Amino acid sequence: MKLHEYQAKALLSKYGVPVPRGEVASSLSEVRRIAKSFEGNCVVKVQVHAGGRGKSGGVKLVKDVDSAVAVAEQMLSGNIVTIQTTAEGVPVNELLIEEALDVTKELYLSILVDGGLGRVIVMASEAGGMDIEKVAEDSPDKILKEVIDPNIGLMAYQARNLSIGLGLDREFHSQFIKLLLGAFNAFIQTDCSLIEINPLVITSQGQLLAIDAKASIDDDALFRQKDESFNYDSRQELEIENLARASGLSYVKLDGDVGCLVNGAGLAMATMDVIMAAGATPANFLDVGGGADVNKVHKAVDILLSDSGVKKVFVNIFGGILRCDVVAEGIVAATKSRKTHTPPIVVRMLGTNADEGRKILKEAKIGVHLVNDFTEATKTIKSLS
Amino acid sequence: MSIFVRKDTRLLVQGITGKEGSYHTARCIDYGTNVVAGVTPGKGGQLFEEKVPVYDTVKQGVDETNANTSLVFVPPAFAAEAIIEAVDAGIQIVICITEGVPVSDAIKVCEYVNRSGARLIGPNCPGIISPIDKVKAGIMPGHVYAPGRVGVVSRSGTLTYEAVGQLTPLGIGQSTCVGIGGDPVSGSDFVDVLGLFEKDEATDAIVMIGEIGGTKEQEAAEFIQSNVSKPVISLIVGQTAPPGRRMGHAGAIITGTAALASSKVKSLEKAGAFIVPSPADIGTTTMEALSQI
Repeated sequence: MKLHEYQAKALLSKYGVPVPRGEVASSLSEVRRIAKSFEGNCVVKVQVHAGGRGKSGGVKLVKDVDSAVAVAEQMLSGNIVTIQTTAEGVPVNELLIEEALDVTKELYLSILVDGGLGRVIVMASEAGGMDIEKVAEDSPDKILKEVIDPNIGLMAYQARNLSIGLGLDREFHSQFIKLLLGAFNAFIQTDCSLIEINPLVITSQGQLLAIDAKASIDDDALFRQKDESFNYDSRQELEIENLARASGLSYVKLDGDVGCLVNGAGLAMATMDVIMAAGATPANFLDVGGGADVNKVHKAVDILLSDSGVKKVFVNIFGGILRCDVVAEGIVAATKSRKTHTPPIVVRMLGTNADEGRKILKEAKIGVHLVNDFTEATKTIKSLS
Repeated sequence: MSIFVRKDTRLLVQGITGKEGSYHTARCIDYGTNVVAGVTPGKGGQLFEEKVPVYDTVKQGVDETNANTSLVFVPPAFAAEAIIEAVDAGIQIVICITEGVPVSDAIKVCEYVNRSGARLIGPNCPGIISPIDKVKAGIMPGHVYAPGRVGVVSRSGTLTYEAVGQLTPLGIGQSTCVGIGGDPVSGSDFVDVLGLFEKDEATDAIVMIGEIGGTKEQEAAEFIQSNVSKPVISLIVGQTAPPGRRMGHAGAIITGTAALASSKVKSLEKAGAFIVPSPADIGTTTMEALSQI
């Protein structure tokens, strides 16, 4: 679960990581009040769940209150499009207004899970404020790593290693160690999957500060992380995706016209790949899950078809825990309850109760195209216009 | 011989009285698995399906039945403890089906299991099946599998069924099929399973199914290059997935260039693996690879 920058900073601050003074605003009057408190010298930053804001006009430095309000008005007027968003972009509902600071050095710091090692690692680099993946590719020697033993946690000496590796003057070592230990505690205590401070800066006053911060909470740990400040901003996601989540479906909207209904994440990705390889384009990723019942399949079909871009549907089920007859009944119920035209549906069913499922679909006479394999499926999908 | 599960597997099921646990235990027994015990705290003394004794603790179950392998179905919040309980009771192989285990729990558990010398498969995996030894410790539909000499290892459940569903009709049977799971941190990775298949006399070739996210496939490619002499047939799915979005599995998210399907395919190609061009071609590519042995 992604947090906004201001939520990430509130979390870090709670664990002793210094952050700039600032407040969140969602109206121009609030922007005016906050900008005034900084005598107009401030940074206005859009709060969205996408990186690349800076290059897309989502972060502006201003010198007076009127400019702050003007910039804010512009930002709040519509979506922002960055390299990480779709062409439509994401809505800007909130702005973070912070004090402007005089920065002398920019660094990079992050805490994340390394799946290969099966451990949490801390990464730091003197190349702050830049795209860290580019740094990793171009000059891997500029990235420092410390691997954390899960039974021991981050030791001060590891933080000291990084501080020295970053080339910080000795006067900053204790500040850096305290900051990193704080960020690490925040990571562990709140089940984060990522904390990224980029840049971590040294100001002309000699203070280390997290000028930008990203944090994500492990979705699977949300049951034990119910802190109020983690209120997820669902406005950052499409309504159709929120609806799917509320129904317990794993759904991601894509740009094509072939709606996909599949069981299992791997098979769902494979189905998208097959559609693409055949020269068509998938409209979505949708995994109905192993434990789905008729009702859930019905809902999945409804959600799938609520996307007006869907011109045809491919249902690809390999029955395991999920029985094909259950899926068939869900499809029949969903299509029969529709008042508007239903796009053509191509169905491939294998595995548990596949014959029963096919029989139900045939007998319901809802015009479903039954196919046996991927080749036949893509051929049929392409023939439907 | 198969890997992980064998004729001498004595299976204990943790969470045997739950909805998922009871359904799948019955299917495992039908397939031929020797299920010797079940564990559900508070339900000790019952009999599952009138034959499998249920215990309150794993230790009781192991003491009474000499169980050597455990299949875990308990809810995510208790999965970590269930795995550790099994290891502490002397279980050598723990297979965790549970989906949704917090990553921080998985990290601690994997560390614990590794230190103890036991082996964890999963979490969030479909389990293990050996058609040659008629043992199923997992949730896969047993009837699509057939005995043979190809090993299968995968991060995904249903996609494995798809792969096997393409192999079996072509007359390509399987020695053992292992689901390592779709989470970012798991007890066994491709490298562990590839190493066992390489040594396994019952396996001639290996089908490896990976996906976007993380670097497990790259690590596998490095391992294949220097340690695997048997042909590896590899499919990577998620070529069309958008960056930054989680594709169902917790681990299936493109977070950098290494996490892309294309860079994984490139590494595996370089390591000499047979690349399956599209998910529709798993069977035919395997056939081709086998003809070259």
